Amino acid sequence: MKNSLKVERAIKDLTQEELAKLIGVSRQTINAMEKNKYVPSTVLSLKIARVFGKKVEEVFFLEATD
Amino acid sequence: MKEKKWNMEVRSNTKKLKFWSLLWMVSMAIATFGPMFVWPENTVLNVLAILINLGCGGGMILVNRKLINSLDELQKKIQMDAMGIALGVGVVGGLGYSLLDQTNVITQDAQISFLVILISLTYMIGLFIGKKRYK
Repeated sequence: MKNSLKVERAIKDLTQEELAKLIGVSRQTINAMEKNKYVPSTVLSLKIARVFGKKVEEVFFLEATD
Repeated sequence: MKEKKWNMEVRSNTKKLKFWSLLWMVSMAIATFGPMFVWPENTVLNVLAILINLGCGGGMILVNRKLINSLDELQKKIQMDAMGIALGVGVVGGLGYSLLDQTNVITQDAQISFLVILISLTYMIGLFIGKKRYK
């Protein structure tokens, strides 16, 4: 699964630290998601989408191999 | 605000875990060395020291559980991976070590402290690798 976290974060002008604070996780978790090393839970995905004012599937999307 | 609360909860639980771990270690030292140097051959004090040690251990376990529950999902995953590996290595390594003793391949008796060291080291290495992997 891929995501557009970095792009959305840039649009909102948020640092990893600020986004982490908004959704109640560590900066390490944001970084791991941006590097596609970690796939978040549904709850966390929904929280992230809410911060960006978008639908979950606009921030997270499946790849052909998924 | 919510994040501040979350961070503060993790910090507070970490402090509590440090305190309970220290308490448990001290109670373990008292239960171990008390009968040797302070109250030789006093069964009542021995039982009391062991009960206190078990109580402190129970407190430490509960606080550790609370700390893990307060972590975020990636941190929990790192902890779970490390614990899973430590448990596996502990069971496999511990039973292998026991077999070495039973079959007299090793000259000395198997000691529980080796198992504790093995589990602790595996857990710490697992945590280190997990933190590196998701850095």
